[in-house]
Amino acid sequence: MAEEKKMIKVTVDNITIEVEPGTSILNAARKIGGDVAPPAMCYYSTLKGSGGKCRTCLVEVAAGSTADPRPMPKLVASCRTNVMDGMIVKNITSEKVLDARKGVVEFLLINHPLDCPICDQAGECSLQDLSFEHGAESTRYEFKRRTFEKHDIGPYIQLHMTRCILCYRCVYVADQLTQKREHGILDRGDHSEIATYIHKALENQFIGNVIDVCPVGALTDKTFRFKNRVWFLKPLDAHRSCPHCSGKVTIWNRGEEVYRVTARKDAWGEVKDFICNECRFEKKKTSDWTIEGPTLISRHSVISAGHYVGTVKPQEVMPEVMDGREPKLLMDIHSVSEVNRPEIDLSKIEGPAHSSDFKQDHFHFNPKVNP
Amino acid sequence: MQALTSKAKPVGRKPMTFWEKLYIPAIAKGMAITFKHIFRKKPTINYPEKTRPFSPVFRGVQVLNRDEEGRERCTACGLCAVACPAEAITMEAAERLPGEENLYREEKYAVKYEINMLRCIFCGLCEEACPKDAVYLSETMVPSNYNRKTFVYSKQELLIPNPLTDPEAFAKAKGARPEKTL
Repeated sequence: MAEEKKMIKVTVDNITIEVEPGTSILNAARKIGGDVAPPAMCYYSTLKGSGGKCRTCLVEVAAGSTADPRPMPKLVASCRTNVMDGMIVKNITSEKVLDARKGVVEFLLINHPLDCPICDQAGECSLQDLSFEHGAESTRYEFKRRTFEKHDIGPYIQLHMTRCILCYRCVYVADQLTQKREHGILDRGDHSEIATYIHKALENQFIGNVIDVCPVGALTDKTFRFKNRVWFLKPLDAHRSCPHCSGKVTIWNRGEEVYRVTARKDAWGEVKDFICNECRFEKKKTSDWTIEGPTLISRHSVISAGHYVGTVKPQEVMPEVMDGREPKLLMDIHSVSEVNRPEIDLSKIEGPAHSSDFKQDHFHFNPKVNP
Repeated sequence: MQALTSKAKPVGRKPMTFWEKLYIPAIAKGMAITFKHIFRKKPTINYPEKTRPFSPVFRGVQVLNRDEEGRERCTACGLCAVACPAEAITMEAAERLPGEENLYREEKYAVKYEINMLRCIFCGLCEEACPKDAVYLSETMVPSNYNRKTFVYSKQELLIPNPLTDPEAFAKAKGARPEKTL
């Protein structure tokens, strides 16, 4: 039997909890859960060495420990500071922290293009949530935002360097999950950018996970690019037997079409089981997957908009009343609508759709002109 | 019993007098009202030759807007569709190809955009949700039709005329609508 570890007490926002020595304040707060847990843009529990870069998880330490109850002079990054016995931490109960967080969000957004209407990450973006909760209503920044030369990093991953907040998560993924890291942060300061050294493609079997760990829309799925918005898709937990990875994923369906495959994220938006590129990019058929059931999405997320849980449909009485005849439809929407044509599977198009994909007229006659 | 309102008038049940039985004063009174209205200004107008001015908050058929260079503003972000309580709006997005910069304002655009006017309740939430001032409700009513199929409006019906090639039609379609501050 393992030796009983000495537990230490820490108080976060007046809630006391016992944790193991060596736990960070952030993880202690996450153990309590709810609003007490500070937001994190760069810390990722499954990636070693992550954290300490974005400064969104700043907290106030009102008392260092029982032995030395002096407060810490400055706000500390909770992902990088370990708890001490008797430490008193203030997160949302501290005015100072909320004010600092607002400032940090403003700094993160200084160079972030506000192109959420175009960005595929919108709806599941950590920076969007963070600025919604902690940010100011409008920007005070009047200067040009930084721009970069566009790099193509392969057929699967789309890089939008302007959106990057330099959290280094993708670098850690490549370091810890793959044999050889091909991309990294080049240059310094304002010029630093995620890139491969002299235009290489990221081709490792597990490199697709950089899409999931990216807190913003800097790295997105090229096979899903512009295909649909996440809130119009239905996330389903699914699995398949994969020789490379656990095969446990979330598939994002619309009807029978699999638009996107991602790894499963936990309550903190973190992936525990990383998946391989084959599962993520190649298996775009519902028949490839064993569906376990709908993914639990927070009711407050836009992804759950229009998803009705536990609805009871009234019994169809028309055929009964009409002696078994089905009611005559006045209009089949597919006979008029050009959107969501049943014979066109948008998810099967390689990469984003272009005007050339829609050139062919699928209509033999236009019902509006010639009814 | 307590009266429900103070406006109730008790009905007189007493028999009519001789003067009332003649009916002539009542007829004269009634005709006076009728003839008075002949000389009044007519409230009816000859629609559709003449139209009444719309209220500034009137919400009519949707218009897909263009910017001053004639490029389509819509980026198919889907916010109108998710805001729509009647689920009338659907769209499909595509990426702008090099050379199409004069057609579409942003990297991504709505290659197909449809509003089912049979579903639309003209609440204006799509206009409110739009981050790009791309869709707004104009001062035009949806024309009636005998055929249901004509009520699914695609980009063909919704797009505003191009201000560069057809400035008159653009100005007419735009009307007196002020620019939305984004």
